[in-house]
Amino acid sequence: MPGATYYLPRDLHPMAWWVWALGLATAASRTTNPWLLGLILAVAGFVVVARRGEAPWALAFRMYLYLGAVVVGFRVFFRLVFGGGEGATIVLRLPEIPLPEWAAGIRLLGDVSAESLLGGFYDGLRLATMVVCLGAANALANPKRLLKSMPPALYEVGTAVVVALSVFPQLAESVVRVRRARRLRGGDGRRFHALRAIVIPVLADALDRSLRLAASMDSRGYGRAGTVDPRRRLATGALMIAGLLGVCVGVYATLDGSTPRVLAAPMLVLGVVVGLVGFRAAGARVRRTRYRPGRWHLPEVLVALSGLTVAAALVATSAVDPTDLTPSLMVLSWPALSWTPLAGVLLGALPAVLAPPPEPALGRVPA
Amino acid sequence: MIELDRVSFWYHGQPEPVLSEVSLSIGEGELVLLAGRTGVGKSTLLGTLNGLVPHFTGGHLDGEVSVDGVSTRSRPPREFAHLVGVVGQDPLAGFVTDTVEEELAYGMEQLGVEPPVMRRRVEETLDLLGIADLRGRALRTLSGGQQQRVAVGSVLTTHPKVLVLDEPTSALDPTAAEDVLATLARLVHDLGTTVLLAEHRMERVVPFVDRMVYLTGDGGVVDGDPAEVLRDTPVAPPIVELGRLAGWDPLPLSVRDARRRAGPLRSSLSVPARPSRVDGAELLSVRDVVVRYGPIVAVRGVDLDVRAGEVLAMMGRNGSGKSSLLWAVQGSGPRQSGRVDVDGVDPTSMSTVEARKVVGLVPQTASDLLYLDTVAAECAAADRESGAAAGTCRSLLDRLAPEVDAARHPRDLSEGQRLALVLAVQLTAEPRVLLLDEPTRGLDYPAKSALGRMIAAIAAEGRAVVVATHDVEFVAAIADRVLVMAEGEIVSAGPTARVLGDSPAFAPQVAKILGPDWLTVAEVAAARPAEPR
Repeated sequence: MPGATYYLPRDLHPMAWWVWALGLATAASRTTNPWLLGLILAVAGFVVVARRGEAPWALAFRMYLYLGAVVVGFRVFFRLVFGGGEGATIVLRLPEIPLPEWAAGIRLLGDVSAESLLGGFYDGLRLATMVVCLGAANALANPKRLLKSMPPALYEVGTAVVVALSVFPQLAESVVRVRRARRLRGGDGRRFHALRAIVIPVLADALDRSLRLAASMDSRGYGRAGTVDPRRRLATGALMIAGLLGVCVGVYATLDGSTPRVLAAPMLVLGVVVGLVGFRAAGARVRRTRYRPGRWHLPEVLVALSGLTVAAALVATSAVDPTDLTPSLMVLSWPALSWTPLAGVLLGALPAVLAPPPEPALGRVPA
Repeated sequence: MIELDRVSFWYHGQPEPVLSEVSLSIGEGELVLLAGRTGVGKSTLLGTLNGLVPHFTGGHLDGEVSVDGVSTRSRPPREFAHLVGVVGQDPLAGFVTDTVEEELAYGMEQLGVEPPVMRRRVEETLDLLGIADLRGRALRTLSGGQQQRVAVGSVLTTHPKVLVLDEPTSALDPTAAEDVLATLARLVHDLGTTVLLAEHRMERVVPFVDRMVYLTGDGGVVDGDPAEVLRDTPVAPPIVELGRLAGWDPLPLSVRDARRRAGPLRSSLSVPARPSRVDGAELLSVRDVVVRYGPIVAVRGVDLDVRAGEVLAMMGRNGSGKSSLLWAVQGSGPRQSGRVDVDGVDPTSMSTVEARKVVGLVPQTASDLLYLDTVAAECAAADRESGAAAGTCRSLLDRLAPEVDAARHPRDLSEGQRLALVLAVQLTAEPRVLLLDEPTRGLDYPAKSALGRMIAAIAAEGRAVVVATHDVEFVAAIADRVLVMAEGEIVSAGPTARVLGDSPAFAPQVAKILGPDWLTVAEVAAARPAEPR
């Protein structure tokens, strides 16, 4: 039973939103049925609108929608340009451009059939839906908090990425400042000479800044190794490298049918296990704690489950009754729709109600 | 708490040591001020305390530095994170995360403090520094004073025994500076933290400190009671100079003490006669200027007139629109509406090359204008850009700051010399109006008075000078007129004596001691009856 604190505004664990979004994306990858894809899009959009915050990344969802539209447009456009003749219903007759012999198999323009255009549209829509699902995850989960919830062994990498991300706005700021200053000396910022006048102060500035940041991080205890005896460090290193090698061999063997099967799946599993043990050991020697770590409570479980259910529903349908999920392109007809996948996808909209609302943006409080 | 035992330090490739045979012993709960001219090694000395010098900077350190019994010789700076909290010159450059709360927690995360303890300490620190309402804010959106307090907070959460600050108030407006200093004093009193700070602008700091360490410049130090040390140092705040002038002994360090002593001096002075205003022709006229960045209005319909030969100072808290106004007047910055008229022309309507011959601007980060390898190359480039005769810039530079080595890299110059170079570069174009944005940052007292003389000389040539600054004492010394901005509007304007004397926040020390008729020590010295000391 959800307690009184269930609906208090808070940011969900970013992982929950990612699992939900990947569930939707997996579902989308299983079908080309435009009704289902449209429904997935609608579900993703609905949840985003209901549960996103006011941060800049949350407002970038629109960009993903544009990107999706571009993807669909391109798919259809390619069918127009590179031969869309398969099918009986010709809707457009374009003059075919003859190509030299070495380009056999490629057709430029020519007749365009409705079936082939529709195929392009379905394909593009599927890809666009997957893109939009990832966009939804990005809009709902703070990307920096996702980096923060990485396992301790990857802490250093996470910090490096966070620092690098904050460097870009600074760099842009300093370019603007130096360019403006350049005008004070009468430069117009066009000639090559002027490029140097901008690049050198900006780089000098960036170097100064990074040195000061490094000094600050050092004096605040970043990378305090504590006392780890070198033998243990060697052991974890060896475990991780052995694990990686195992994974490489396993992947190679799985993809290449001619290698003995013993090297395939068993090797892959063994590699992953050894690697994880190394990972664990590496993480365990890091004496560091996390301030207000992301918590994994009931709402997180429900959100993740709803995404997984959508994926499961479509995967199951594709095994039992695949025709509804991939409408025929041989005969032009309205694609049919059955209840099971429809209901499955609709479950994905539950987080709009089940997830607590996000925290209001404190950054907007006036000074 | 801190022991320095015959510490000497050389940077690689330099024959003279920065510090030589320095021995200091600083006890628990002391508030110590490190003073000295620019480049004497204040930052170096501060850096030795947690091992950043020499572990991070390189160089050679002799002798022994130990904090709470732990020597910096064998351990890197990160092993001192729980003992020594360091706040650098530019707090923004030292921030690792991007919101206030995360920044406060960062140091504790590195030390492996338990999460419930972390949570509690973050809340306590937010309250201690009075920044609880900023907790979720992005660090980049904070004002300078807020950033400085967050930086102090972010090192306090690990409960260090020693707090080290490099110029904590030099970039702040007077009120924000008072806030930060009051916070530090509270730490010393309530928590028993040992605080070491280096500061050029000493006038506000001196009353708070227990002890002063003066770096003489030849590697040595003078250590003692502030009133004793300040008796004959070349860097001294106005209150000390006034005390020396009046022969007060011991030297008063706070305005309150000085005021009690000032009775006889005050009555012996006759009120100075100031020229009521500069009577040059009107040179710069600004009408209804509006600058906005999206929804934010930086300058809200400002009118402004400056005469030839006049020095106008602009004051106001960080973000009150001073810089935006200067840039808009120069014509390189945005300006949504309004008129700017310099001797009949509008710089915005001209090409950048022509505009700088009308209005020259030295921006806040003056080094942005420099991009060549040597001083000589910069000067030659300036002559070319302005179409001036070869050698013009160099002769200007020689007048502003003699003996700057032509072969040196501009980045290796001292702050004061670099500022002089940028001024010379901008003056090569012979602008009628010169605008300076926050020029006194990082300058010590002698360098500041040199800058004051440069500005007076420029104004005497019949140019108009506008200076935006936080430095009250500097304004008192150079400006004919002052205007104070807030929220993009001019809230008060008038002759320096009236504007500064009236305001409790902006009154210079001499005015606080002797009354609003007196602004600088030089005025008092001139008005004193000629009597043997």
